[in-house]
Amino acid sequence: MSDSLVPGITVLEDEQADTGARRMLLNMGPQHPSTHGVLRLAVELDGEIITKCRPDIGYLHTGIEKEFEVKTYAQAVTLTDRVDYLAPLSNNLGYALAVEKLLGLEIPPKAQWMRVMLVELTRLNSHLVWLGTHALDIGAMSVFMYCFREREEILKLFEMFSGQRMMTSYIRPGGLALEPPRGWAQRVKTCIDAFPSRVDEYEDLLTKNSIWMGRTKGVGFISVEDMLDLGVTGPMLRAAGLKTDARKDEPYSSYEKFDFEVPTRTEGDVYARYQVRLEEMRQSVRIVTQAIEGMPPGPWKAADQHVVLPDRERMKTQMEALIYHFKLVTEGFRVPEGEVYQVIESPRGELGFYIVSDGSSSPYRVHMRTPSFGNLQAVPRMVEGALIADMIASIGSMDFVLGDTDR
Amino acid sequence: MLPENLRDSAVAAAVDVYDADALTGGRLDRGELTLEIAPEKIAPVCAFLKNDWKFTRLSTVTAVDRYPSEPRFEVVYHLHSIDRNERLRLKCRLGGDAPEISSVTPVWRSADWYEREGFDLFGIRFTGHPDLRRIMMPEDWEGHPLRKDYPVTGPRV
Repeated sequence: MSDSLVPGITVLEDEQADTGARRMLLNMGPQHPSTHGVLRLAVELDGEIITKCRPDIGYLHTGIEKEFEVKTYAQAVTLTDRVDYLAPLSNNLGYALAVEKLLGLEIPPKAQWMRVMLVELTRLNSHLVWLGTHALDIGAMSVFMYCFREREEILKLFEMFSGQRMMTSYIRPGGLALEPPRGWAQRVKTCIDAFPSRVDEYEDLLTKNSIWMGRTKGVGFISVEDMLDLGVTGPMLRAAGLKTDARKDEPYSSYEKFDFEVPTRTEGDVYARYQVRLEEMRQSVRIVTQAIEGMPPGPWKAADQHVVLPDRERMKTQMEALIYHFKLVTEGFRVPEGEVYQVIESPRGELGFYIVSDGSSSPYRVHMRTPSFGNLQAVPRMVEGALIADMIASIGSMDFVLGDTDR
Repeated sequence: MLPENLRDSAVAAAVDVYDADALTGGRLDRGELTLEIAPEKIAPVCAFLKNDWKFTRLSTVTAVDRYPSEPRFEVVYHLHSIDRNERLRLKCRLGGDAPEISSVTPVWRSADWYEREGFDLFGIRFTGHPDLRRIMMPEDWEGHPLRKDYPVTGPRV
């Protein structure tokens, strides 16, 4: 199969066949609506059966890993938002935890619980976009409207906390960016209390819908062994029966203090992934509720004045605080030499930050092990031999973000 | 040889027993174990760790450029064992002149794109890789952007 960069359709004569069988090379993307961004899939077809599939990525490569090296640790938080733009707070958290591990910095309980609450809201946000667009791809149009209705509510919460709907930069090394706004608990509670009934609504629309089941059951199967070998993580693995979740296995940010289940299925098809993610939404609601009810009192950022900016009031009245503020803003904080690999469970799977520090105030090297990049490698294994129409359902069920893939 | 500071690590001891020349150093820092492996031994050591030590997952492969010091490149592998809930970092040091290391794609297929990324952005050649092409940058791109001597701003050189 030629990897021609010429877009469009090429008809190839089958080299070995005397039967006159012809294979078609179909170029999907990079601007195909169902690829959710700029993914290009070169597909070789025999009739309606996919014989070969080659994903081609890099259309959204922004050089973020390079840019980390010329930013201070505090400035670089804004870069992490832009990697997986559907789960900015998860990226903020992964980065902040890695930097804090390098610093050996202790984070107060309130900040940790706040972080858990926010990344679970992020998971809801991300799963809502996934469900809406995935259903839209398969032809269930109204689900999209329902999902974006709830997503709007969550984005309003993010705006209330950080001033931004998407590029939040709210979780920072040392704690949070700002004090949680007045009345946050009531606002989050109102939103989250209504949520289980919303999930019921999606289930009403899809779970027993015969078209939905016909399009997703038994489609896009891939075995656990193949997934582990190909680097797949997250809900896809859990939908095939492997109970693995960094929140349970390698708890971070006080996750061990929360009571929640890790949903699994055994079928490993598109429908099972749908079930797992819907159940994850219900579990996230549980975690958020626990976080609101049990929110510990105390400060929302660490006390270390070498890392965390002083309070505005102190900065304006005390000379020492002003000096620290000036030093932190102009030079940034220094991070001891070393390297860490910090893993969190993002809505898409294992998100790892590998940060190397040379002792200066800028990271020497940041590598992001993004879940979408790992998951996408499984596309050929999943779609080869299947019908072209099923490919849309299969890749939709992976829930990748191209910003997360290409970085 | 097994370094003094890793006497308590079962994995390090096992790698040392498997091949005494493979282990060239390592350290336990911030709760994370790093083993330095001789570059020519990386593929067999990875196969050993996967088969005998249940490191079924390769999380990521990446590189660090230590320009201008030599050996210039560090190729870094992050392994994950789900069974034992354990992570391990392997590191190989390569000289800056035509850096080359054998591919671990025969051990984990997931290494495919990670090694292509290392090839694309650092210019490290992974021998035995089935399809070593650029992955992020265009095919006709010159240079390797994540190298330290590649400028962050300014016109293409």
